[in-house]
Order: sequence, then C-alpha cells, then structure tokens
Amino acid sequence: MTATAPAAPASAGTRSWLALALLHTRFQLLESVRVPIAVIGNLLFPSLALLFFVVPQRAVADDPLASVAAVAQLGTFAVMSACLFTLGAGVSEDRQLAFDPYVRTLPAGAGPRLAGRIVNAIVFCLGAQVPVILIAVLLTSASVTPARGLGGLAMVPVVAVPFTLLGLAIGYALSAKAAIAVVQAVLFPLAFAGGLFLPPEAFPSWLDALSQALPSRAARDLVVEVTTGIEGSPWALPVLLAWTAVFAALAVLAYRRDEGRRFR
Amino acid sequence: MTAGALVELDGVTRRYGDVVALDDVSLAVGAGEMVGLLGPNGAGKSTLLSLVSGLRRPDAGTVRLAGRDPRDPAARAGLGTTPQETGLPSTLRVGEVVDLVAGHYADPMPRGEVLERFGLTDLARRQTGGLSGGQRRRLAVALSLVGRPRVVLLDEPTTGLDVEARHVLWEALRDYQSGGATVIVTSHYLEEIEALARRVVVVGAGRVLADDDLPTILAMAAARRVLVEVPEAEEPRLRALAGVLDVRREGRRTVLLAGDADAVVRALVREDVPFRDLEVRGASLEEAFLALTSAASAEPAPSTSAATSVTTDREPR
Repeated sequence: MTATAPAAPASAGTRSWLALALLHTRFQLLESVRVPIAVIGNLLFPSLALLFFVVPQRAVADDPLASVAAVAQLGTFAVMSACLFTLGAGVSEDRQLAFDPYVRTLPAGAGPRLAGRIVNAIVFCLGAQVPVILIAVLLTSASVTPARGLGGLAMVPVVAVPFTLLGLAIGYALSAKAAIAVVQAVLFPLAFAGGLFLPPEAFPSWLDALSQALPSRAARDLVVEVTTGIEGSPWALPVLLAWTAVFAALAVLAYRRDEGRRFR
Repeated sequence: MTAGALVELDGVTRRYGDVVALDDVSLAVGAGEMVGLLGPNGAGKSTLLSLVSGLRRPDAGTVRLAGRDPRDPAARAGLGTTPQETGLPSTLRVGEVVDLVAGHYADPMPRGEVLERFGLTDLARRQTGGLSGGQRRRLAVALSLVGRPRVVLLDEPTTGLDVEARHVLWEALRDYQSGGATVIVTSHYLEEIEALARRVVVVGAGRVLADDDLPTILAMAAARRVLVEVPEAEEPRLRALAGVLDVRREGRRTVLLAGDADAVVRALVREDVPFRDLEVRGASLEEAFLALTSAASAEPAPSTSAATSVTTDREPR
C-alpha cells in the first residue's frame, strides 16, 4: 500500500487539506442540488420581493440610483438568507444524522468539511444574485459601472462571513427543528430592521438609529456604498466587524460545546 | 506483543457520568489478527470501538492506532469503519457515497471493485434512501473496506440480516481479511464471532473477562448450569466434584457451572449427595465467562454482583 501511494505531501497517507475540502464541497453541493426545492426557494424569495415591491413602484424603479440601492438591499438579503439556512438549518440536520460520526472516523479533520459547507453557502449566495440582477436589468432603470457591479459581487463573500458564522453558531447549538425556527426568527426581523426590504430613509428616526447597530444594516450600507458610490455611515464597517467577532465567538463556543457533549 | 500492535489500549477507563463503560482495559491487536469482541449489550464493546476510531477520548489510559492517537487524522489513514445503515445520506446514490468515502484515502479500492465484492453493482445509481434495510447494511459494511484499510472495525456488522445475506457479508469480509488486514468485530452472536474471528475477547461490565483463541472460548461457552437443592453444609462437597467450574447460590438452589453436565450429575449420584429438584440448563455466554474469570482470579465469588451489573449497565450510543 505504501509503495503505490501517490506522493501526497501529508504524512502517513492522508490526503491534502485542499483535496478533502474540494471533495466535501462537491458532495455538499450535490446533496443540496438533489433537493431542488431548497435551491429554488432560496433563489426565489429575493427576486419575488424585487418583482412585487420594487418594480411596480415606478418612483424607485425609474430612478437608477434608487434601483441599484434596492437591488443591493435584496442581494444582501439573499446572502443572509442563504448563509443562515444552508448553515444554520443544514449543519444541525447533519449533526442529527448517524452518518456524521462515521465521517469523523475517516482520515480527515473537521476543517475540510466545514470549508465545504462554507463554500457551499457562498455558491448559494452568488447563485441567488443571478435572478435579482436579471430582474433589475430587465425591469428597472438600475445601471452601474462595470467596476461598481464587480465591487457589488465582490461584497458577496464579505457579507457572507458574519452570517456564515451566525449560521454555524445556530447550527451547532440547536436541534434541527429549533434551528429552522430560530433562523426564521432571526432572519426576517434582522432583514426588516436592517433596511433590506424598506430603505432606511423610510424609517422613523428611532428605528433608523437602532438599525445602525445591526449587522444587517451595516452590511446593507456597505453594499449600497460600493454599488452606488453614495457615501454611507462611517459606522458601517466597524459595526460589521464587531458583529463578525461576536458571531465567530458564538460559533466556536457552540462547536466546542457540541463536541464536548457528543464526543468527549 | 505490543511492539507490532496496530491497535493498542493501555489501562483505558471511560465513564459516562457515573456509569463506567470501560474499566482499566488493556488490549493489543497485531497485524492480520481477526479479533471478535463478544459481550452483552452495555458491556463496553461499542465504547471500545469509538475510542479506537477516535470518536471519543479515554478518561484515563492511552489508545493507539497504528502507533498514533486515533484522534489524529493521520492515524486513521489505514482505518475502515461502518456507518449505521440508517444514517446514510439519503439523496446520494450508492456509487456517490462510495466515491465520497474513497476521496478520503490515498489509495482507495476502485468503485467497481467495492460494489462487486458486496453485490451492489446493480444498485450503483440508486439513491441510498431507496434501498432496503439489507442493501443499506451491505453498503455500510462495504464502506469500511473502501480505503483498503489495514484495520477494519465492524460493530455488529450483520445484525438484522437474514441468514443468506449474513453469509454473503461474512464471505466478503473474510475474503478481504485474507489479504492481511486486521479485523475487530463486535457481536453478541456467537455464530458471527465464529465466522469472523480467530481470537476472541470477552467483555463484560467494562472489563476484559477472557481473551483467548476461538476454540478455547467456544469450549467455555459450552458450559452448563446444573441446579440442585442441597443442605447448606453440603456445598463444600459440591465444589470438589469432578467437572465443576463454579458454585454459587441462587435463592434456595445451588448452581453448579460445569463443562460436562453429565459427568457432574453422575458424580452427584456416585457421591450420594442429598440433592433434590435437579435441573440442567444451558449457561448463557456471559454466565459462563463471568464464572470462569471469577474462579480464575480466585476472588471470593463476586459473580452474582458482576452478573447483575452486566444486565443493568447502560451504554450510551
């Protein structure tokens, strides 16, 4: 066996971290695609919201900047939703499968599997942008320079980081049933109060002030700033970073606790 | 023998809360051995395997797999285990599950060979959610061999299968093992142990009760219980009878554990022991082993308490 083993850099015949991460990414995408309703549901909601709430409002749809801002908001929502559902609900479902302990006996650490999950979530986030952008191009006056458009797409993985961590925290802390309920209870209020459905300009001043402290609002402000070029709140970046740190701590805590409960 | 051991436990203790699942267990398994772990539910068999596969860590003592801590992925590069068949990812096809597992190993068996060995070739494109219980079980056992492991751990590999399916699986496992792999199989069926093991380790109440080759263990397992009612003063005489392995009191009757029940009954008559209410029963494996090991270690009859703790012990899964 050792004679025929390929020249793997890792010791004692384990495969490289990257190869394992790719393997898990591939199979997690495959598993997601096999439940098409989950994919379609994820793609559909932000584009339907755009279609029903933005396109008919000609005051917004005919204003290029307002249209871009609306698309940026719903794009941000799509990222949040994909991260929280694929990771929050997905991880907790996986944990309940008897296959999970088996996979842990294979010669790989927890890292590649986690990486596969995160890449899977980001692919979903990017995929959810496609119908939103198509509707925006076809049915609104939204237009951006190529640089701003690319900047907007580049923001997808950036915004995905904190919500990925929040999703993992939920997924590792809760059972599958509880996780889905909590994801919904977190996602919609955060999205609304963060100005992802209604622009914050329409908020009463108290809500606007509160909103500035939320991760969803911070993410939205950054994406709107990148795509429209209109300068936003200087607090957006520090607020988003602070929440990222909080969610990272929660995710690590939940993961450790889960390990301790099940495997120690 | 520890020098070449592929699997090695040294003074391992593992508790779940107040329950001691493994109590100071030491065991070394070398290359190419076929070891059966035999014992009742809750004896600590599954806990032992979960320690060797790196799922859990011991509270005390050390566990080594191929000379390393099994929690280190490199130690598991030559390990194969079986998932519970109910937990297979239901949307993946049979061939894909094989590929997923194969992707973790440097030199896996080709997909076709794995499926062939376990008669799964026709099911390669079926989603695992659509398989029958027996087909899933076959796939689960097949997965343990995908990585051409040097050490295979099988936890109750054929539980719930019909006789024919069971023999097909045993044949496939023996065939693979003939290539030099080490196999550790747990079961509470003696028949399965006979089919797959040459060395047998009997576990009960978290301890190794016996560790010997298969014929020796089979002879122990053939023990019988001879029950008689005798005056208490006669008990020392019973102990001295030919063929009696152990004597203990159960209610009003005295239980003699014997390798050859006929010889014991003849001796009872020949010695004119004033017995009544004679009954001969087959001893369960655990009874046989508990009695033998307690007699061997010359402890003053801890057998009854040990026997009850075997049956009440709970093993978290």
